[in-house]
Amino acid sequence: MAVRTAPADNIYATHPEKKVALYFMVLGFIALSIGVIFGPFQIFNYAGIDLYPALEPLFKSYYQGLTLHGVLNAIVFTQLFIQGSLLYLQARDSNLRPQMPVAWAAWWIALIGLALAAWPLLTNDATVLYTFYPPLQGHWAFYVGAALIIVSSLVSVYLSVEMWVRWKRQNPGKPTPLVTFMITATWMMWGLAAMGLVVETVFFLIPWSLGLIKGVDPLIARSLFWWSGHPIVYFWLLPAYVSWYGLLPKQAGGKLVSDSLARMAFLGFLAFSTPVGFHHQFADPGISAFWKGVHTVLTMMVAVPSLMTAFTIAASLELAGRSKGGKGALGWIRKLPWNNPSVVAQLLGAIAFIFGGAGGIVNASFTLDYVVHNTTWIPGHFHLPVATASTLTFFGIAFWLIPHITHKPLAAPRTALAGVWWWFTGMMFMAFGMHMMGLQGVPRRAHISAMNAAHDGIYASSAFYMVFNAVAGVLLTVAATMLFYVLFATLLSRRRLTPDQVPEIPFAEAIAGPVDKDGNVKSGIKVMDRLFFWWGFAVVLVLIVYMPTLVQLFMHMVPAPGMRLW
Amino acid sequence: MDNEKMIHAIERYERSWLLFALVMIVVFLIFIGYTLTGFAFYVPSAAERIDPTKVRAEGSLFANPRVEKTGDNVYTAYVLAQAFTFLPGEIRVPKGARVVFLVTSPDVQHGFYIRGTNVNVQVIPGEVGKVEHTFNEPGEYLVICNEYCGLGHQDMIGKVIVEDN
Ligand code: HEM
Ligand SMILES: [Cu+2]
Ligand SMILES: [Cu+2]
Repeated sequence: MAVRTAPADNIYATHPEKKVALYFMVLGFIALSIGVIFGPFQIFNYAGIDLYPALEPLFKSYYQGLTLHGVLNAIVFTQLFIQGSLLYLQARDSNLRPQMPVAWAAWWIALIGLALAAWPLLTNDATVLYTFYPPLQGHWAFYVGAALIIVSSLVSVYLSVEMWVRWKRQNPGKPTPLVTFMITATWMMWGLAAMGLVVETVFFLIPWSLGLIKGVDPLIARSLFWWSGHPIVYFWLLPAYVSWYGLLPKQAGGKLVSDSLARMAFLGFLAFSTPVGFHHQFADPGISAFWKGVHTVLTMMVAVPSLMTAFTIAASLELAGRSKGGKGALGWIRKLPWNNPSVVAQLLGAIAFIFGGAGGIVNASFTLDYVVHNTTWIPGHFHLPVATASTLTFFGIAFWLIPHITHKPLAAPRTALAGVWWWFTGMMFMAFGMHMMGLQGVPRRAHISAMNAAHDGIYASSAFYMVFNAVAGVLLTVAATMLFYVLFATLLSRRRLTPDQVPEIPFAEAIAGPVDKDGNVKSGIKVMDRLFFWWGFAVVLVLIVYMPTLVQLFMHMVPAPGMRLW
Repeated sequence: MDNEKMIHAIERYERSWLLFALVMIVVFLIFIGYTLTGFAFYVPSAAERIDPTKVRAEGSLFANPRVEKTGDNVYTAYVLAQAFTFLPGEIRVPKGARVVFLVTSPDVQHGFYIRGTNVNVQVIPGEVGKVEHTFNEPGEYLVICNEYCGLGHQDMIGKVIVEDN
């Protein structure tokens, strides 16, 4: 790699949004690097090995670590990475500059929120897990911090929609570019989805933790949490899909097979991601079986756009492999760029997602959920979509995007490649062990390696699967070390690429684009481009499936006083 | 045009795949509907709402957590899930008993999960959760709290003992 020691500042001159995007992503990765530390400790717990005494002076309990793990990984890292990467990709795809002061405001709000939330988490004053179900009551700073982090995400919704509206005004009659379309739809989806958390924190948890109201109705809090809590998984996933549709085909040396199918999938997510939250509450008394059933049907619907995605991505990759001379039914697979850590991270993430999706359909299947609800099956499941598909894809994006922004070469690409494989393999071991233990009734969120002697051996029947967890713990510790090494070594490197070596943004071309042979915009594309209409449709759908239950609950509130039991 | 031909081929596959996906989803929904009617399982429902601060008070349904015989091999269990025990800690019923569980919490959320059955209820302060199960196999069933409730959560374990007689 070439070296150049020009001052770093001028690399932002043409595109100031590069800097804010980088700040978002780096802050996210810092949060992840702390949150992930607890992962191996937790999976060793589920192998029957208690390593918590070693953490004792710093961290008071398994549950304090678990709260940090959930909050930093799933809420902070994901959101910050998404805010940074999507802002940048949309700006470049639509060739517009975001409103820079607003973008920086979003970053500062997130930073202040993170600092506020981190303080009680680290002092063991908010050991309420990332679901923070009342009546367990944490320190007010935790709820205020969480609320600010959400507010920051809403500022990102504004930034994205504003840029899209500006683009439409400047380009009347033209179809929205695909990547911009997918990103705007993602943010619109989240704008609606986040309302549950906004109402929960602003009207209930914050005043309650400050002593302004005496109690919170725990069922209302749960319902509002899961209003946001299911679509949040799509908020984590759709940015990965943006990369799989919009960039990965090009990185793999091919083209996207269908532009309109990608748009259709994102509209499906915009409409159906949110009105499904009761599938997290099948076990809750107080929500009628009828509405649980309605949410089940809608949850199944939202599987369709993911199945569409599987087709389009696989077809695009197959074409890429064949264009490089891959023959036979599977020969094209070998021709994919398996030496490129960015591509491999995304491919392995996508493979993990196949299992994650299948497990998700099980969880959503109303009656089957009673077999797995709150067993280790659940964390075994969601580490496939979130901790593998999204997280690996985000690493994969970072592997080209950080060099692209900073002009610093990716440090140790071979280590990056190895780290991605170790992570994937470790997660597969963990998923297997945890799914199987769940079927044997082992509860999630439980410090089972440190139980009372009276309960000795009650989970002994799972000993075989615990071995898989132990192996996973080792693999994932190595994997995380490698991936974070690559990331931070890249960021801290003093080397610079020459301008011709800096990776371009790999925007993929579509074989079947939005314009027909005669240069007219296809009629389906025109209809799909009316994003505000589809957003409105999503709002109406959410109101229909939530209001009857919520109004009922709000009219008969049973507030419960807060408690600290840790 | 080669490109054109390829697009058509892909679109054909695409349509079959979508059809397959939709059919699969409908089949799943039919199965869900089928298991909802009958089967050894019961959707947790709310028997009533209750003030969590008064759950233990005199006169409350749960002042005295217990198992009551309410019919021919039918029992009602009034269960209090509290940090970090179940009351009663041991529920004894004969083989074949149909047990209606009414569960609530005086403090924070808990889980009421009877291992080896489909009984899996979120115990929410303010709600009296109701589920049923018929115990056809004698033996000891663990009742496990599967919602984080505080430092003693992992040890919050009770029992249902089904006696063979
Ligand atoms: C080294 C990698 C990781 C390992 C070994 C790991 C392991 C675990 C284990 C064993 C649990 C279950 C704990 C319990 O239920 O008691 C868990 C929970 C969780 N993990 Fe991870 N994890 C890793 C990375 C991640 C990543 C990257 C994310 C998200 C981006 C993530 C998100 C979560 C969440 C949201 C929970 C649930 C917390 C809760 O139940 O309150 N994890 N993790
Ligand atoms: Cu969900
Ligand atoms: Cu518990």
